[in-house]
Amino acid sequence: MVPTNYLLALSAVLFIIGVAGVLVRRNALVIYMAIELMLNAANLAFVAFAAAFGALDGQIAVFFVMTVAAAEVAVGLAILVTIFRTRKSVDIDTLHRLKG
Amino acid sequence: MTFSDFATLLPEVALVVWASALLLVDLWIPKARKGWAAFLAVLGLALTFGFAVAQGGGAGAGFHGMVVSDGFATFLEALLALSGALGVLLAYDYLKRQGMVRGEYYTLLLFSVAGMMLMAKAADLMVIFLALELLSIPLYVLTAFARPREVGEEAALKYFLLGAFAAAFFVYGIALVYGATQSTQIAGIAAAVDTGRANLALLALGGGLLLVGLGFKVAAVPFHMWTPDVYEGAPSPLTSFMAVGAKVAGFAALLRVLVLAFPTLGSRLAPIVWALALLTMVVGNLAALAQQNIKRMLAYSSIAHAGYMLVAVVAFADAKAAPAAVAAVLFYLLAYAVTNFGAWAVVVAVEHAEGEGLNIADYAGLGRKHPWLALAMTVFMLSFAGIPPTVGFVGKFYLFRAALDAGYVGLAIVGVLASVVSVYYYMRVVTTMYMRAGEAEARGDAWLNLGVALTALATVFLGIVVAPVFQWAVRAVLKL
Repeated sequence: MVPTNYLLALSAVLFIIGVAGVLVRRNALVIYMAIELMLNAANLAFVAFAAAFGALDGQIAVFFVMTVAAAEVAVGLAILVTIFRTRKSVDIDTLHRLKG
Repeated sequence: MTFSDFATLLPEVALVVWASALLLVDLWIPKARKGWAAFLAVLGLALTFGFAVAQGGGAGAGFHGMVVSDGFATFLEALLALSGALGVLLAYDYLKRQGMVRGEYYTLLLFSVAGMMLMAKAADLMVIFLALELLSIPLYVLTAFARPREVGEEAALKYFLLGAFAAAFFVYGIALVYGATQSTQIAGIAAAVDTGRANLALLALGGGLLLVGLGFKVAAVPFHMWTPDVYEGAPSPLTSFMAVGAKVAGFAALLRVLVLAFPTLGSRLAPIVWALALLTMVVGNLAALAQQNIKRMLAYSSIAHAGYMLVAVVAFADAKAAPAAVAAVLFYLLAYAVTNFGAWAVVVAVEHAEGEGLNIADYAGLGRKHPWLALAMTVFMLSFAGIPPTVGFVGKFYLFRAALDAGYVGLAIVGVLASVVSVYYYMRVVTTMYMRAGEAEARGDAWLNLGVALTALATVFLGIVVAPVFQWAVRAVLKL
């Protein structure tokens, strides 16, 4: 069995890659992919802890997170598609009508 | 899972069922009569309000302690049902006027209210997360409701991306707390800490990540960047609802998690909340000074008000001061809700086309042309600034007193100074209305006027007759 610490380290690395992706990338779709990576890092941490404790509740939490992520992606992609229709781009640097 | 489990969630279940039914019924309501959809939405909220008050917090814990129906939840549920009804009231005429009469507006609003109510009842971090998403996802859609208008779409994308980003921090925080205590239930976390089983370093890290997620929802600095853009880009009636509802729900979760799960981590987390409160008050008020657009000004003002409430939240770890602080925050949420809806109702009345009538300069002459509307706006501005005899003054008094009782004298002084600064930008609206010549236009819809009148009366009335409502808030404080 893989030691829990390795799994947690991997989860932390995935989470940090996700955060960096959100902050660095400029395409809204790629930013959303980075957010999904963060959610999956949390899922990995849940599963790793649950396995270490020999408990089930952490694994069940993963199902909730996956369901919510799916609901979120449906709404998020709808918003992205509407924006793409009006502006032909989902580059967040072009979104500057609102500022001050 | 038994029937009594569902009984604990009766108001939420009723609201979700009602909203789903409304989604169907809406198909048969002809476009010219969408007033019926608004009416049915308010009826559903009234029913929910009735259930919540009748339940009176006596139903106890349900679903193996994942939700709990206590006085705290009842107070907030009543407040949220009223907020939802005011949100519908403000939206009805606005949607017609802006040419976006679609019944889904009301359905999505009901789902969002259900999420906020669930947040007030949640006693488990996973339930808080689910409630957070249930309240946020409809708000993302509603923000883009004015499509294909670019500002609305832009606001929706910003809100969605930053909201999902913050939710990811929140989930990771839950995972770490689970790792530290073997439990996601608030009672389980507290028990693990008390028996010394918890890994405190991991727990504090997880608690910090939870603070990031909730700080985003209540728009605390430095997680506030989305607020002015989203508040400006979203349809005005929605902004009023979002500013109140999301804040109420965010503070509900913040209080329950901090007061019940993390009191022993006070030495590690209280300084973070202290810094958040300070930054939020200072940045919110200073940024509001420079705004020309009234929606942006009110957005920064809502950030500043989150800061005042955080001042009382800092006292969470102090067992003696915490109950009074919780009561003060609850009362202030009510004060903020009433005042905020009133001010936004005036904004909705003055806004005549997309982006027209939204600058503070557009209010010139309102005092002469629409004296009642201007008088109401003056009352709301006085309440925001915290000047008696309005509810804003009493609310701030309780907040700062809670901070003083807990020994945070410096923070209370900064709070008072920040309120003094805020008088400048609130009074700028008043002087523009009365002392500048201009031809301010305002829409005279009966329902909108009713909303303005009710909130203005409540703002003054609650500022004078304080005791009964505050006693209700005091009885609603948290216990395990």
